[in-house]
Amino acid sequence: MAGGAVSGGSAASDTYAEARQWLLVPSWLVLGIFVLAPVCVMVIYSFLTKEFRGGVIWDPTLAAYDQFFFDRGLFGDGDPKLQWTYISIFWRSIWQAGLATILSLLIGFPTAYYIATRPSSTRTLWVFLITIPYWVNLLIRTVSMKFLLRDEGPLNGFLMNVGLINDPLHIINTNLAVQLGLFYSYLPFMVLPIYAAVERYNFTLSEAAADLYATKWTTLRRILLPAVKPGVIAGCILVFVPSLGAFLAPDLLGGAKNFMIGSLIEEQFKGNAGNWPFGAAASMILLSMVMIILLILSSQRRRAGVDQ
Amino acid sequence: MDDAAKIAVDVRDVYKRYGDVTVLHQISLAIYDNEFFTLLGPSGCGKTTLLRMIAGFEDVSQGGIYLFGDEIKALPPHKRPVNTVFQNYALFPHMTVLENVGFGLEMKGRSRAEAAKRAGEMLELVQLSKFAKRKPAQLSGGQQQRVALARALAPSPKVLLLDEPLSALDLKLRKAMQIELKHIQRETGITFIFVTHDQEEALTMSDRIAVMSAGELQQLGAPRDIYEYPRNMFVANFIGDTNLFEVSVNKITNGRAQCHIGGGQELTTDAVDGVAVGSKVNLSVRPERMILSHQSSDGESLKGTVTENIFIGTDITTLVDLDGGPKITIRTSNTERGNKRLIEPGNPAFVTMEAGAARLLAD
Amino acid sequence: MSARTDVKTYSGFQFTTILCILILYAPLIVVTVYSFNASESITTWRGLSLRWYVDIFVGPESAKFQQAAINSFSIAIIAATLATAIATAAATAIVRGGKYRLRTPSLGLISLPIMVPEIVLAVATLIFFNFIGFARGYMTILVAHIAFCIPFAYLPIQARMQGIENTYEHAAMDLYATKAQAFRRILLPLMMPGIISGFLLAFIVSLDDFIITNFVKGAGIETLPTAIFGSVKQGLKPNIMAISTMLLGLSIVMVTISYFVSKSDNTK
Repeated sequence: MAGGAVSGGSAASDTYAEARQWLLVPSWLVLGIFVLAPVCVMVIYSFLTKEFRGGVIWDPTLAAYDQFFFDRGLFGDGDPKLQWTYISIFWRSIWQAGLATILSLLIGFPTAYYIATRPSSTRTLWVFLITIPYWVNLLIRTVSMKFLLRDEGPLNGFLMNVGLINDPLHIINTNLAVQLGLFYSYLPFMVLPIYAAVERYNFTLSEAAADLYATKWTTLRRILLPAVKPGVIAGCILVFVPSLGAFLAPDLLGGAKNFMIGSLIEEQFKGNAGNWPFGAAASMILLSMVMIILLILSSQRRRAGVDQ
Repeated sequence: MDDAAKIAVDVRDVYKRYGDVTVLHQISLAIYDNEFFTLLGPSGCGKTTLLRMIAGFEDVSQGGIYLFGDEIKALPPHKRPVNTVFQNYALFPHMTVLENVGFGLEMKGRSRAEAAKRAGEMLELVQLSKFAKRKPAQLSGGQQQRVALARALAPSPKVLLLDEPLSALDLKLRKAMQIELKHIQRETGITFIFVTHDQEEALTMSDRIAVMSAGELQQLGAPRDIYEYPRNMFVANFIGDTNLFEVSVNKITNGRAQCHIGGGQELTTDAVDGVAVGSKVNLSVRPERMILSHQSSDGESLKGTVTENIFIGTDITTLVDLDGGPKITIRTSNTERGNKRLIEPGNPAFVTMEAGAARLLAD
Repeated sequence: MSARTDVKTYSGFQFTTILCILILYAPLIVVTVYSFNASESITTWRGLSLRWYVDIFVGPESAKFQQAAINSFSIAIIAATLATAIATAAATAIVRGGKYRLRTPSLGLISLPIMVPEIVLAVATLIFFNFIGFARGYMTILVAHIAFCIPFAYLPIQARMQGIENTYEHAAMDLYATKAQAFRRILLPLMMPGIISGFLLAFIVSLDDFIITNFVKGAGIETLPTAIFGSVKQGLKPNIMAISTMLLGLSIVMVTISYFVSKSDNTK
């Protein structure tokens, strides 16, 4: 209990210190029971045996992880051979997520830079313009993209009308469609952190670089980018991680040939063909990958400290 | 080549407009090679704009800028052989001091090793060799300022532009840097174009000063000339302290004007162009060029009453009400001789001006 | 400032920005336009018509969509309200509760739903309900939503609270207010824009959620997103365009409200 010292800025304080335990109880209760506990239970389930119609039998085993990585099982007969089926799905998801991140970066960086260098009167308008689509339901946005890109859809129709192509571009159910879908889903997450970083950038540095004979693109590469690096990294993470576990874009736009982790996991819990422990195991592997990325990032940030 | 000094930067009839607003009006001046040249004026007078136009960060609306005879207004900043020391230093935060200083050389095509070598020499010049591997954030303001200077000197520019580089430093450091800058300019022989609003700083460091106000050039000359012979009210007021009051010209004989101050008191001084008999003109006289006395002297003396004596350490400032005329300020040195001349408030006093001290002003 | 003297501008950046905005809005605009398509098939255009909007309300699938809409909105309102209340309490404890060991873990716990990939959260929640024998249905959806809406409500509330100097509350207490009164009469009203933002954000997040809802809902119940998804899986029909456009309109309304709320903030 008690009035400890005031920390940080003027708004950090201990006015309600006595009540803080009570104030925290609801969030701990709700989140502890419905987020923390479920993740723990999921870990447990990944080590159980699958039940025929979904669900589990309480019989501990490594079968789920086993099935994921190996052909005939680590504990089966013969030498275990690394099975590529599921690993390749994960690998493809990483690939797709990576490409989507690069696409977002290539388009998102110039956009963020451009908006951040607008006069302050119009700047908020531009930010608004970029973020409004995000407020629309992700499902709706993905469906819209699907509608647009279909063989008989408006995009192909327009291109054929104008005479640019003769046969419809087959975009749906390709990697490209999934890329576009992921890009479309998470672009604002790339733009906003970069925008914030460029806004804080001191443009006198660019003047100094030009004064010292650097061309504009050299200035971008050697001076601006290092300065806004944290924003760029934040943007990449915010696009890569959700893309990795995405379900809607691959499912609606990619079709059966472009299976990603999200679809793989979802399949395990649908109907009677599912394998709950396997789904739980796959989720654990996905979660671990994400946690590792986040841990590397936060340790890098702590090491770099206050650089500027 | 003629034996007149070479002109490093020639500004000819330059105008700068933003839409309807004219920020620089017909600026023409020539800056000589190996000169310490200062642009002096209050905030908003256009001096920084002019500097940025020479550097290449602002367009020239009208007129031309020539660098050693070549027209440069069409060149982008990274193609001009001039370098700038920025007001907030603009040191690249993610590079070491050595990398910062060597940057311009790298951009010009030298190898990393060559650039580093030259950067090392520059750091020696500003006595910061020990800090070569540090990052700018680890340096004090004064040290950052010297790094910025070294960085701008490293590519051996023909002209160095300095945009109020000392304004962020405290007084003592600023005075030390003024001496050091002057020294470096003499040693390197590079033309320095220095921008400041501090008239004392300008007087201390410059070979020549261009006084600017509201986008126009007010006066151009050596520090002594500007101080002793201000051309107009603005310059008289801006540089140093002065007494300014209106007089009417009674008679002009042989280039000397006899002026009426008020209350029947008169004084005589050099006439200037544009002054006609019967006109009212402003007159400027520096406080330290007047002598207080208990009695009238041989020359012209003005009579008045002392109202106050203010002790400010090195000097004593005396306020005097001239009979029938303006109130004036006189400054006397706080020496034995000076103190003997002091008169108690309320008592009458005679004021004599040194020869040539009173200046009639053109406007 | 010409291109020559301007060190800020890069060629091609403006073009990319316009391109980006076009890509972002094109699908939405196209869907909106086609929702007014008079023709049966979605591929041919045959003039303007409101028939698909009418269809949603009285057509064969209307009952399904209406029930789904009722479910979505009711869940969203309840979940957002509860999440906002819980988040406000937590923010008060974290921002104004002093330093204590539980502070950072509490913040970590609240951020957890955002850090974990949504599908992992969906799987975990489903498994948990199965584990404790909680039958899937309306309540499971509601409970799951309350949990993952908390961080979304929390962020604007914390941001706002940190921006209010504690001198106001101290002044109130100097004038004999108890802590509860200082909270209710001073802090709460000043925080209102943040609380409203938090509520709106939680509301939208709940309304829009698909993955978690799809996993925990069980067979007998639909929300708007799951109903739309199910319908799309069977083939893109024009009435989906109409629903999409209506939801789009709703989003724009919410954004505008939240914009004006932040504008009317007069303590800045």
